[in-house]
Amino acid sequence: MIEEQEYWLVAIAVGVGTFLVRASFLLLPIRVGGEGRLESVLRFIPPAALTALIVPAVLLSGASEGEMFEVEKPVAALVAVLVAWKTRNVLATIALGMLTYWGLSYVL
Amino acid sequence: MSDLELFELGRWVSFKEGARATLPVMLGVVPFGLICGAVCVASGMTEWGAIGLSVMIFAGASQIVAAQLLAEEGMVGVAIVAALAINLRMMMYSASLLPHFHKERFSMRALFAYLLTDQAFATSINRFSEKDAVSVHRPMYYLGAGIAMWISFNLSTALGAYVGPFIPSELGLEFAIPLTFIALVVPRVSDRPSLIAALAAGGIAYAFDWLPLNLGLLVAAFGGIALGWMATLRKGARCD
Repeated sequence: MIEEQEYWLVAIAVGVGTFLVRASFLLLPIRVGGEGRLESVLRFIPPAALTALIVPAVLLSGASEGEMFEVEKPVAALVAVLVAWKTRNVLATIALGMLTYWGLSYVL
Repeated sequence: MSDLELFELGRWVSFKEGARATLPVMLGVVPFGLICGAVCVASGMTEWGAIGLSVMIFAGASQIVAAQLLAEEGMVGVAIVAALAINLRMMMYSASLLPHFHKERFSMRALFAYLLTDQAFATSINRFSEKDAVSVHRPMYYLGAGIAMWISFNLSTALGAYVGPFIPSELGLEFAIPLTFIALVVPRVSDRPSLIAALAAGGIAYAFDWLPLNLGLLVAAFGGIALGWMATLRKGARCD
């Protein structure tokens, strides 16, 4: 069981710390405008950060539980990439990716 | 209608557009919230403890890590460091959003910071980079996306805290999260430099997954950003 004191310590420390991380740049009293050099770097944050989250979750999530390399997630992710590329539809991408994953898990 | 009324109407329209844009993302958020609430209760928290953690931290992956480490004895310090390390990526989102919100009041930007998530960030940045983005009131669009995310994530965490034991783990619901990120990132990869940034970050994240505290994620993101930016220099001109 989790002790109450430890719960509050972790919840408050992680809560406040996470807020400070989120606020780090947003609360800076500076004005950043237009099309500077900063924007030419910032625009790579979404593709780089999101892909860095995707790849381990797709290719390595099974391995950490001591299972063998599983093919379901990589194939379903590939389907999702194609759907996202062709339709640019978020709902269709998640739905078809998930259905592919369940279908392959059932068959294999 | 007066100018002020028109202005207020425009803000409200943008707020609703932002909230509506996150609706498809819920397909990934709700299952993840369910798992998050379920894991917290399974590791020994009360239902209200799980809900409180979700409101205080509002970042699913780090809540799961915190709960699992809290369940082990004498791991309080490790739990705090590990849970915070997962969230360090949001510093990059914070930097990325600043140019859009720097005119807002301090209190408003503090609220924006609290509401910052992968999904609200990616949805908003995608919209702001579209050709007709001038018509959008950006702070209100982001606020709509952030509040919609807050409500759906916390409600699903609360639900997960109560019905968690009845969710079969073989459904693999956690896989909906990387699928959500795929849906948000693929339309974003619009030219060669951004493709290079994405592929490089993915490759580095795969190679450095062994680093402790999820630091591989940060190494990969910085590597991807650096290589993408270098690709624009090589081409001679910056392309937007």
